[in-house]
Amino acid sequence: MSGITRRRALGAAAGAAAGLAAAGAAHAAIRTTDPRPQHAPGGATAVPGSFDEVYQGRRIQGHPTHHGGHGGGRHGGHDAGYTVRVDGEELHVMRNADGTWISVVNHYEPRATPRALARAAVTELQGAALVPLALG
Amino acid sequence: MTVRKNQAQLTADEKRRFVNALLALKRNGRYDTFVTTHNAFIMSDTDNGDRVGHRSPSFLPWHRRFLIQFEQALQSVDRSVALPYWDWTADRTTASSLWAADFLGGTGRARDGQVMDGPFAASSGGWAVNVRVDGRTFLRRALGAGGRQLPTRADVESVLAMSTYDAPPWNSASDGFRNHLEGWRGVNLHNRVHVWVGGQMATGVSPNDPVFWLHHAFIDKLWADWQRRHPDSAYLPTAGTPNVVDLRESMRPWTDVTPADMLDHRPHYTYDTAA
Repeated sequence: MSGITRRRALGAAAGAAAGLAAAGAAHAAIRTTDPRPQHAPGGATAVPGSFDEVYQGRRIQGHPTHHGGHGGGRHGGHDAGYTVRVDGEELHVMRNADGTWISVVNHYEPRATPRALARAAVTELQGAALVPLALG
Repeated sequence: MTVRKNQAQLTADEKRRFVNALLALKRNGRYDTFVTTHNAFIMSDTDNGDRVGHRSPSFLPWHRRFLIQFEQALQSVDRSVALPYWDWTADRTTASSLWAADFLGGTGRARDGQVMDGPFAASSGGWAVNVRVDGRTFLRRALGAGGRQLPTRADVESVLAMSTYDAPPWNSASDGFRNHLEGWRGVNLHNRVHVWVGGQMATGVSPNDPVFWLHHAFIDKLWADWQRRHPDSAYLPTAGTPNVVDLRESMRPWTDVTPADMLDHRPHYTYDTAA
């Protein structure tokens, strides 16, 4: 009954990443990208600091991610350099070139900070649980 | 020959056949493979890394190929079906026939966003959301929530007037037609429509809502309109660009298609308007 879940979607993502790996150096460069600040054209600078709060009854947390065992491989192909959790489940996030942020539940509407992104996700979820991100 | 029509012009029989083909692909499992593929690219396409389906020059040829593949799947069920397009500059309210119960159904209810009418409502039993980012298995929408407005024809014209296809750094920060059409910069066309629909359409698993295909069929038509308006402009970049699909490089997940192969839609389908 569960059908195709996010887990299998991520399996496909890993497959896509494997195809990319075959392409060689480009993928290796992504996997080893330094998660520290990237200076984007729009003037984006530092990775934001950590946060931990209860918002609309749900615990949201965020912190910069340091590489080495976490990040790209587990997420299907890239490392945002930052991890956001809602009630302990990881929310897939991505940083745009101008320093704004999007998540998999608000993919087409950038927010200024990971905290704003986490709050937007809580609003969107209306109490629903995130589907676990972890592979395997 | 496949002719893609404005959804507002479809006959009752054309709507019925389109809906039935969607439901058949959902039943046999093929529909969800398209959702899975889309989300995989949404999560892996990044501004500073490899990017193919989104936030890059290949956004347009990638989705053209993706829609052709989906349309072929529909036609394996019913050969008469073609993808309709939704001109959201013209049909821009929740009262549009697009959202009627005999076609896509309407917006979601306030409490949980659940779509309550039409063939894709959870109560119809034929449209479980299986590839999902949260626990909810029903189709959701929030059409125009928060007073959001769809792009106007003037917004579209301002983007069609841009003569350069795309520009460095070839991502969400780029100037040029592609990124303004995609919406990461400027008046915001494509991204804004995803947000206006809301529900799954605002997420990485946006193809869970059948309107995904009608939205992208219109984005695809705008690319064709742009080509006619700028016959001397072409796909960029042409070669040697790290992390970006150049004109004659193959696009994942396919191994046999390049942007150059997708520039002319006419071998695959035509439009109901002069093209």
